[in-house]
Amino acid sequence: MRFPLVVIAASAVAAAALAAVTMMPTANSAEKAAEKLKVGFIYLGPVGDYGWTYQHEVGRQGLVKDMGDKIETTYLENVPEGPDAERSIEQLVRSGHKLIFTTSFGYMDPTLKVAKKYPRVNFEHATGYKRDKNMATYSGRFYEGRYIQGQIAAKMTKTGVLGYIVSFPIPEVISGINATMLGAQSVKPDIKVKIIWVNTWFDPGKEADAAKALLDQGADVIMQHTDSPAAMQIASARGAYAFGQDSDMIKFGPKTQLTSIIDNWAPYYDERVKAELAGKWTSTDTWGGLKSKLLVMAPYTNMPDDVKKMAMDTEAAIVAGTLHPFKCPVVDQEGKTVECKNGKNLEDGQILGMNFYVKGVDDKIPGK
Amino acid sequence: MGLLEAIILSVIAASTPLLLAAAGELVTERAGVLNLGIEGMMIMGAACGFAGAHFTGSVIIGAVCGILAGGFMAALFAALTLGLAVNQVAAGLALTIFGIGLSGLIGAGFVGERIETAPHLHLPLLTDIPFVGRIAFGQDGFVYMSLALVIGIWWFLYRTRAGLILRAVGDNHVSAHALGYPVLRIRGLAVLFGGACAGLGGAYLPLAYTPFFISGMTAGRGWIALALVVFASWRPTRVVIGAYLFGAVTILQLHAQALSLPIPSQFMSSLPYLATVVVLIAISRRRGLAGSAAPASLGLVFVPDR
Repeated sequence: MRFPLVVIAASAVAAAALAAVTMMPTANSAEKAAEKLKVGFIYLGPVGDYGWTYQHEVGRQGLVKDMGDKIETTYLENVPEGPDAERSIEQLVRSGHKLIFTTSFGYMDPTLKVAKKYPRVNFEHATGYKRDKNMATYSGRFYEGRYIQGQIAAKMTKTGVLGYIVSFPIPEVISGINATMLGAQSVKPDIKVKIIWVNTWFDPGKEADAAKALLDQGADVIMQHTDSPAAMQIASARGAYAFGQDSDMIKFGPKTQLTSIIDNWAPYYDERVKAELAGKWTSTDTWGGLKSKLLVMAPYTNMPDDVKKMAMDTEAAIVAGTLHPFKCPVVDQEGKTVECKNGKNLEDGQILGMNFYVKGVDDKIPGK
Repeated sequence: MGLLEAIILSVIAASTPLLLAAAGELVTERAGVLNLGIEGMMIMGAACGFAGAHFTGSVIIGAVCGILAGGFMAALFAALTLGLAVNQVAAGLALTIFGIGLSGLIGAGFVGERIETAPHLHLPLLTDIPFVGRIAFGQDGFVYMSLALVIGIWWFLYRTRAGLILRAVGDNHVSAHALGYPVLRIRGLAVLFGGACAGLGGAYLPLAYTPFFISGMTAGRGWIALALVVFASWRPTRVVIGAYLFGAVTILQLHAQALSLPIPSQFMSSLPYLATVVVLIAISRRRGLAGSAAPASLGLVFVPDR
């Protein structure tokens, strides 16, 4: 149970302060401020979660730094997913924001609804699949990084058991588990994974408890699809290995973190805001991965050189397009081969809507 | 270390912050004040506790800062509800929202910082006893403090004159006032005590559980503590049982999943709340028999006639 709290962070104030420092206020500065493009952000967690929301905030701060003289930014944090998010999005529209980023899957329908209501405002929704002429989508091919993590984990485990902490059974999470497993199996075919669903994106205590439970049951490499660095810290205290999530979490486990999939939204935000400023914004569908550098792997640390080399080779192969984590044949849990339309790998649509486990995952998708 | 031992250790750690906060709220409610701001007081305790430990390197100073922060929040609540006779429910909810926001502001500078966790007790021979040793003699100070606290509260409520007066204030503030007891002052002290306990419970999270601060890290534990007081039907001994039961269900459902037991995780997560509902039904069905000690004046505003 998370208490919903909407904090209006008037970062515009910060931007204004910055402007005041960098250039002496002149008589027409107020006039200039009125012409600035207002860019709004809706955040799922607190900006200090050091994970998902934090990375979006890094992107926003990048915008302020690069284009602080042309734009004004505002964010609303801790906005619960679901219908109620509509109010927060509309609040940004009413206060004059012309480009609004809604940064979590659960804002999809509310964003679409507000977008239909205000055709002259442009919207960008992260990790969803519904678009409109003034609503674009963007997301990361997180499964690419997960495949590399699976390979590393299989090399580093001594017990042959990986521990995986997950939030909600949505396709992004399921495809992450599958990609990890396929990567791990490519190194160690009999690898096992223990999965714990914590039913939350963010609860450091619960994430820590889950990590403890996994370690107590014999897992020795921990990975997560939740947002806080708690699991990393527990793994660090127990002398196990772990992967960071969304941001580089090496601070929380200098001897623990193997790598981390870093969401690198900043260049995308820059590009989209520039397009908006130039009046060239169009509704697009961006699904970037390692190649477009929307995802960046944190340095490969705490592993022998041969494992490091393997990881870098895999990364290079994914970037070059010679390796696809979901290359055919993909076999599901029951042993059935998944339909392969183009003969080479699963298509984007199949990955975006993934709702099955690959062979070797000993778990049941909740609610399925 | 066996799996059972590991599970028990995790359960104790998960239960302790709940127990600390619930024990404090129990005293507050026995004095007739319903403080819904536990979550806000806990998260402030977490932020200030971390700040204190980070600057001084001392867990004890961190814990003291947590207690003071919780007490400060409780003082605000007391000023509103007792001093200005504001509605307790509204003031409590406001306290939670305020606490989450303010703690985020205080903690913003500490994101990504780490501290050392509270040391665990180690008695040369006793702690080394297999199984029992680490469970009974290898905990951190907070665990022993939480249990001592409950014993102290029990003794205070049922074995001292002051405790009797506090309960009288909670059960019928008009009579207590007529007898000449300072109702508002007694309630004020009970609120402060509850805040201090919640602050300590919150401080437990960054000082002993996960040694870093992140805004919103209490993640609803304050609300569970609130439910625990009802679950315990306002009796200190039952608070211990309830806290450990909540902690046990939380931890066991994680282990059940890791073992791939075919129980839906969502169902397991909802069990503690289901138990609270059952207890509430039991209380209302068998008032008196079930031994509920619900204070009769709970949540009522009292303005002394002058």
